[in-house]
Amino acid sequence: MKPKHQRLAFISLGFLLLAGAVALVLTAFQENLVFFHSPTDLKTKVVKPEQRLRIGGLVVQGSVKNMADANIRFTVTDLANSVQVNFRGILPDLFREGQGIVAEGYFRNGVFQATDVLAKHDETYMPAEVADAIKKAGQWKGGPGGANAK
Amino acid sequence: MISELGHFALIMALGVAAVQAFTGLAGPWRGNENWSAIVAPAALLQAVLVSLSFAALTHAFVTSDFSLAIVANNSHTLKPMLYKVSGVWGNHEGSMLMWALILALYGGAVAFFGGNLRPSLKARVLAVQALIGIGILAFILFTSNPFARLSPAPFDGSGLNPLLQDPGLAFHPPLLYLGYVGLSTTFSFAAAALIEGRIDAAWARWVRPWTLAAWGFLTGGIALGSWWAYYELGWGGWWFWDPVENASFMPWLAATALLHSAIVSEKRDALKAWTVFLAIIAFALSLLGTFLVRSGVLTSVHAFASDPSRGVFILAFLVVTVGAAFALFAWRGPNLTGRGTFDPISREGGLVINNFLLTVAAASVLLGTLYPMFLDVLDLGKVSVGAPYFNTVFIPMMIPAIILMGVAPLMQWKRGDGAKAVARLKFVFMIAAAVGFGFWLFLDRASALASFGMALAAWLLAATLYEFASRVRLFEPGLADTWRRIRHQPRASWGMTLAHGGLAIAVAGMTASSAWRSESIQVMHPGDTVTVSGYEFTLKGAETIQGPNYQALQGRFEVNQGGRLLYTLVPEKRTYLVSRQPTTEAAIQPTFLGDLYAVIGDADGKGGYVTRLYFNPLVPWMWTGALIMVLGAGISLTDRRYRIGAPSKRPARQEAEPEAGAGAKA
Repeated sequence: MKPKHQRLAFISLGFLLLAGAVALVLTAFQENLVFFHSPTDLKTKVVKPEQRLRIGGLVVQGSVKNMADANIRFTVTDLANSVQVNFRGILPDLFREGQGIVAEGYFRNGVFQATDVLAKHDETYMPAEVADAIKKAGQWKGGPGGANAK
Repeated sequence: MISELGHFALIMALGVAAVQAFTGLAGPWRGNENWSAIVAPAALLQAVLVSLSFAALTHAFVTSDFSLAIVANNSHTLKPMLYKVSGVWGNHEGSMLMWALILALYGGAVAFFGGNLRPSLKARVLAVQALIGIGILAFILFTSNPFARLSPAPFDGSGLNPLLQDPGLAFHPPLLYLGYVGLSTTFSFAAAALIEGRIDAAWARWVRPWTLAAWGFLTGGIALGSWWAYYELGWGGWWFWDPVENASFMPWLAATALLHSAIVSEKRDALKAWTVFLAIIAFALSLLGTFLVRSGVLTSVHAFASDPSRGVFILAFLVVTVGAAFALFAWRGPNLTGRGTFDPISREGGLVINNFLLTVAAASVLLGTLYPMFLDVLDLGKVSVGAPYFNTVFIPMMIPAIILMGVAPLMQWKRGDGAKAVARLKFVFMIAAAVGFGFWLFLDRASALASFGMALAAWLLAATLYEFASRVRLFEPGLADTWRRIRHQPRASWGMTLAHGGLAIAVAGMTASSAWRSESIQVMHPGDTVTVSGYEFTLKGAETIQGPNYQALQGRFEVNQGGRLLYTLVPEKRTYLVSRQPTTEAAIQPTFLGDLYAVIGDADGKGGYVTRLYFNPLVPWMWTGALIMVLGAGISLTDRRYRIGAPSKRPARQEAEPEAGAGAKA
């Protein structure tokens, strides 16, 4: 091949790969973006049962109940509204009543079926989403700075 | 007193760095050899000063000097010695000091080992290194002073986050930083070359060992972090595409690309601008990683509000460093044309395509990592980009890369014969196809993709071994000749074979553990038996035990198979006495085919315990593969070609040329 053709071959191959990559990224984005909803959002917005989403809020004191077969039920609140969460498995080490958590899963029939419950690596951590949700609900009592994150 | 000396040494180091930067830039520019001669000793002195400072801080941690704020906040007298020492970098200030220490040590290493470097290049490399040092030392001294005192000193400290009290995580940050900061050296080389306006094969040869060292450390650091997540978080997973993980993975992808493009620059005198560009990108991603993890932007964009000076400082530092480098690149880059044109079907052609794939993969990871932050900053809603995005985007890009990894080493430089290479890989292809088909047929007809992954791993391993075999002429008569060739293989070739082979083994582990993991969650009472993947886990009992600084609920599982006792697993759920924070200690029994993994959770109050039991197939292969890759980097580093750097082919130019000098101002 002549140098000119070689360059052309590389450039077209590059474009082909780039176009493929962009197409991949766009479809993956469309399908896999997980939106955050506060308990208030779940009351006011319509959520499709097959849509994966995240919720967050404070775990209501005294709401955590161990059901049969490692099922756990608890209530999450943004201090204006609350939602019941069902989860099967071992909760993260830093999960505690009264603490902010984020859960990922599906909202079906008024109950949130969590596949993952996230509590971060630090006991003083308040997920930013949770802090915002509580602020939006007009219930924030913390400092003006916002989330107490490290 | 010792702490004050440490603080003072750090201030001195900043001064020395300023001298080093000035003389390193001005010396070659003005042709002032007296100035240039100061640079290397300055780099060594700076390394000594920062080391002293770090030693002073370590001393404070070891002796539990709670009059230092960070010791009081992150240590405790009850803590085992290992974690007193690792507590030095288990916090913001100390970890930034370690960053500065490693930077200074790399600078010192360039000064020490760079005897055969062109003097002007060496001075400029060290000058750029010193500029980075000034930024980071100023950051430490002005915003994150590790030697800040507390008055009055508390009676005891508040302890280190228990999750960090773990041997894996004690060594994870130093390794990762050795990798991150190691890329500063290649960055300095790139910037110095741009200032000089000259890049030749010798430059590329000097860059390779530093890239290799950084890459090896980064690989080890990432693997160690992943291993920690695997056993400490107790989810049985080893990679979550968490932003913190991505922050370390993106520089790794860029460093991998850089490692390969530097080879093309050295051997073929081509791709020079691209190599320089990658060196800048790789360090930029390292800085971005530091920024993301250290600024608190990851847990919350609003963390800026709680501590504005730090995040903004690192961001500004990132923008200035990378901006200056790109400006330099835009100005000088167009002159960096190589001589070699090349054929797509050749070894360098394969390397270029792989480079492209790695870079695009890094970009897609970057997009997924930063996108939620952009949306949040612009107030467009809160989203998270989870593992499914990264898996759908990243894996398809790596498939052609791995296929190519099998073919490219068999092709020649300049003009390879694609058809011939493919023909030579006939048997390798058949092995891979047989492995893939075997997995599909006998293990899992539902998941063709996983079987394909295993086929890919087999392809890469077989092709790597085949390439090595044909390099030593194993298939030709004369075993003595083969043995002689094995002994005389350059260390760098061993490095490639090990690194590629290690990746193949790791890919097998990643595929199998993602696709065929068995998991069982239940409440178990003592005496209950649960079967996972043919292993019978029996809970024998659970009791409370006392550790040095924690209390733990300890479960005992006996694992039987066919009535024979194989293993006893002892998972714990610890509660640390100082912070009252619980942690999960999974019990893991590695076997050749996979890990038996048991986690014990809270008591349900009715005599039962929540337990999670897993069989994670081929997970040990991942760690083994990563270890082999690091070993490959290590062996490659001892190659004598790197030690005795061959002199530049072209005669060195006069160093005080005005054209080269103009760059020094940038």
